Amino acid sequence: MSSRFDEHGILVVGASLAGLRACAALRKHGYDGRLTVIGEEPHLPYDRPPLSKEFLAGETGGADLSLPVAGLGITWQLGRRATRLHLAARTVEVGDGTRFPFDGLVIATGSTARLWPAAPAGVHTLRGLDDARSLRAALLRRDGRLLVIGAGFVGSEVAATARGAGIEVTVVDPAPQPLHRAVGEAAGEFVAALHRQAGVDLRTSTKVVSLEGVGKLTGARLSDGTEVPATAAVVALGSAPATGWLAGSGLDITAGVRCDRHARVLRRDGTPAPGVVAAGDVTRWPHPWADAPGVTLGHWSHAAEQAETAARSLLFPAAPARYCPVPSFWSDQYDVKFRSVGLPALADSADVREYDLGARRLDVAYFRQGRLIGALTGNRVARIAAYRAQLAADLEGR
Amino acid sequence: MKIQVDMDLCESHGQCVFAAPAIFSFDDDDILVHAETADESLRDAVEKAAAACPVRAIRVHAATGDAAA
Repeated sequence: MSSRFDEHGILVVGASLAGLRACAALRKHGYDGRLTVIGEEPHLPYDRPPLSKEFLAGETGGADLSLPVAGLGITWQLGRRATRLHLAARTVEVGDGTRFPFDGLVIATGSTARLWPAAPAGVHTLRGLDDARSLRAALLRRDGRLLVIGAGFVGSEVAATARGAGIEVTVVDPAPQPLHRAVGEAAGEFVAALHRQAGVDLRTSTKVVSLEGVGKLTGARLSDGTEVPATAAVVALGSAPATGWLAGSGLDITAGVRCDRHARVLRRDGTPAPGVVAAGDVTRWPHPWADAPGVTLGHWSHAAEQAETAARSLLFPAAPARYCPVPSFWSDQYDVKFRSVGLPALADSADVREYDLGARRLDVAYFRQGRLIGALTGNRVARIAAYRAQLAADLEGR
Repeated sequence: MKIQVDMDLCESHGQCVFAAPAIFSFDDDDILVHAETADESLRDAVEKAAAACPVRAIRVHAATGDAAA
C-alpha cells in the first residue's frame, strides 16, 4: 500500500504527542514503509501534562513520563531542529544543513512558550522536560519566593503546585481574573478564590513592568507601582505555534499552519500541498463553531485526535478523514479537577449552574448566540459526559 | 473481550466515557465505573477509549485473557 512513499518514506517533524500519535496511526492503517521522526529536543516522546503538576512537585520521576514507542519502526533524528521546508524539492533542512528527503510529510512541531526578553537568571518558562527539570530544582530548594507571570492554565497549575510544596507564591496577570479569556468571569473568580484561599498573593488587572536583579532575579516591579520579591519566576504568558522553520515555504502559516478539515496543509493560495499534513498545537483549522480562519488548540486530546486524521488523510488521499471533534481539556489545581468540553473561549454568554467554593464544585455552561458551545466543571466530572453528548449531537451533520 | 482499568492511574479525565459511553461512566463522586466484559461488536469503541486515556489506564484483553491493547 505504500507505493507512493517507496522512495524516501514519510517524515514526521516533531517528536511529541501529535508526532508520535501520527506514527502510530500510520502503522495502524497499514503503512509499512520508512518512517523518520525529527525532534528538536534530545528526548524520546514524553508526557507533558504532568510537567506543571506531579513532575514539578517531585512526585513523578523523569522515566515515568516516557510515552510508548516500541514496535513502531521509527528512525529517530533527535536533537535536530528543523530550520527549513523545501516544498518543491521535498526536503526538510535541519540546523547543521542536513536535508531529509520525504515522500509524505507530517508537520507536528507544536508550540513555543513566549519568553521574557533579556531575563536575569532564575527566570523560567515551562514548555519542555528540560524547562521543568530546571524549575523543579529551583522549587525543591523551598527557600525562595516564586513569581508566576500569567494566570492561564500553566501559570495557575504551577502556582497550585508550588503552594502545595509550601513555597511563597505571587501571581500577576493583566486580566481581572485568572483564566479569564479561556473560561470567563465566573470560572475565573472561582480559580482566583482557590489561589487566595491557598495563600497565593494574587495580583490581577496588573502587569509586570520589569524584572529586577543584577545577574540573578531579586524581584519585580508591577504596573501599580508596587514591588514584589522573587527568587525565581515562571513566565507563563501562553505559547505560539512553532512555525518559524516554515517561513518562505509557500505554506500558509498565518497564526499557525493552516489546515483544511482533513488535516491537510494549505498553501498560501488556499490549495492543499500534496502529501503534507499536520497535527496538534501548530495547526489552525476550521471548526464548525469557529469563524474563519479557524481555531488553534493546545489540548492533549486535540493533538492525539488530529494526528489520527492526518495519518489517514496522508495514506488515503482519495478518501480523507474528517476532523470535527468536540474539543476537551482538563486542568488539575489544588484539590479541584477542572474538566471542559467544547470551545468555552468562543462563548458570548455563560450560565453558572453550580458555584460552591466550600464543596469545591463548579458547573458552568457556555453559549454562543443562544446555543450551547461548551461547559466547564470542577469536581463534577459526571456532568461533563452529558454536555459532551449534547455538543456531539450538535456537530452531527454540520 | 475483557476490560481492565488501573484505578491507581485513573484521574477521571473522562475521555473513555466520551469514546465508549456504553462501557464507561462516572458515579456521583466522579469515580469511574465500567463494564468488565463487552461484546466484540464494541471493540472499536473500547480500543478508542483506551487510546484516548491520557494516563493509559485501560487495558483490553481477548476473552481468553491475553492483553491486546
